Amino acid sequence: MEIEEVYSSRELDKVEGKAINELIARSQEPIPDPDRWLDEDIKRNVLVTSVDAIINWGRRTSMWPAVSFPACCAFEFIATAASRFDISRFGMEIIRASPRQADLMITAGTLTWKMAPQIKRIYDQMAEPKWVIAMGACAISGGIFASSYSVVPGYNRIIPVDVYVPGCPPRPEALIYGIRMLHQKVSRESIIAEGK
Amino acid sequence: MLADYGYIGLLLAFAIFFAVTTLLIPFSLSLPARLTIYFRRFQQYLETHYPFMTKFVPPLPKFPKFMQVVPYHPGPVKNSPFECGMETIGKSWVRFNFRYYYYALVFITLDVMVVFIYPWAVELKGLGLFGFVGVLVLIFILFIGYLYAWKKKVLEWK
Repeated sequence: MEIEEVYSSRELDKVEGKAINELIARSQEPIPDPDRWLDEDIKRNVLVTSVDAIINWGRRTSMWPAVSFPACCAFEFIATAASRFDISRFGMEIIRASPRQADLMITAGTLTWKMAPQIKRIYDQMAEPKWVIAMGACAISGGIFASSYSVVPGYNRIIPVDVYVPGCPPRPEALIYGIRMLHQKVSRESIIAEGK
Repeated sequence: MLADYGYIGLLLAFAIFFAVTTLLIPFSLSLPARLTIYFRRFQQYLETHYPFMTKFVPPLPKFPKFMQVVPYHPGPVKNSPFECGMETIGKSWVRFNFRYYYYALVFITLDVMVVFIYPWAVELKGLGLFGFVGVLVLIFILFIGYLYAWKKKVLEWK
C-alpha cells in the first residue's frame, strides 16, 4: 500500500477505506495451504535424510510465536502458555512482540477487514521460514460472524495457513494437538523438496 | 584439574564452535539465495541504465535446491521498520517546542528539592536548628532561581 499524505480524520477514513476495499477485492479467493512437500515422493539418501532430521528438529523444537491475538481465543492461548498446560515443553515459551524473532503465528480470534492489513504486514515481516496456526472457528471460516460484511471469512484469505484448530474457542489440549500436528508437518520437510 | 591455559583453550574452542554454528553456517547456507537476488538487482540496474551492456553479462548458474536451506526473501515490507503492524507515517525528525526544555529544567529543580525535603521533614526534630537553617538556605537559592525563570517568562506559554 502507498502511504498518502493525510490532513484530517475524514481524509484518513477515506484513504483507509480505499485501501481496505482494495484488499477485500484482492482476497476473494482463499490462499491454498502450503502442503506440497507432504505428498511428494522424494528420493532421499543418507546424507539428505540426516541433514533434514537435524534442520527440522531445530526448526520445530524452537518455534517462537508472534504476538497477534485479535480476539477472545487469546485467553485459551494464554492458558496454554501458562503453567498448567505449559507450551514451554515444546520450546515455545518465548512469545515475541517483534515479528523479526518469531517463526509461528497463532492467529487467535476473529479478524475484521480493518485489522487485516496489519496482520498481513506482521506476517510479511516475520523471519523465514514461518508457519501459521489458525486457532478457533473464526480463524478458520469466520465462525458465527461468517456472513458479516466486516469479518474476514478465514485467515487463509490473507495469509497461508498450515494447521487449522477447530473450536469456539479450542481448549488448550486442542491447541497443543494442533502444535503437535504442525511439528509432524515440519518434520516432513526436506532440503531438496519444494518447500517453504 | 585443568591448568589456566586449559581453560583458555576450552574458551577458544567454545568461541570457535559458537562462531561456526551461529554465524558461518547460516550465512554460507543463505549465500546462494543472496547472490541470486544481488545478481538480479545488478541486471535490473544494467537494463535501466546501460541496456547495451546486458549481453556481455553471463547468466548466473541456477543453484540447486539443497544449497538454499536458509531462506532469504527480502522485500520493501519486510525491510521496513516494525511498528505493531501499522505503516510508519511521517518522519522521525520531529521538532519540539523549545519551551518544553525550560519546563523540564524547572520541574527537575523542584523535583530534586522535594526529594531532599522529604527525609529532612521526617528527621527535622533530630537535626535541630542547624538542619532547619540549612534547608532554608537551599530553598532560598532555589527560590531565587525560580524568580529568575519567572522574570524570564519561562512560565508563559505563547
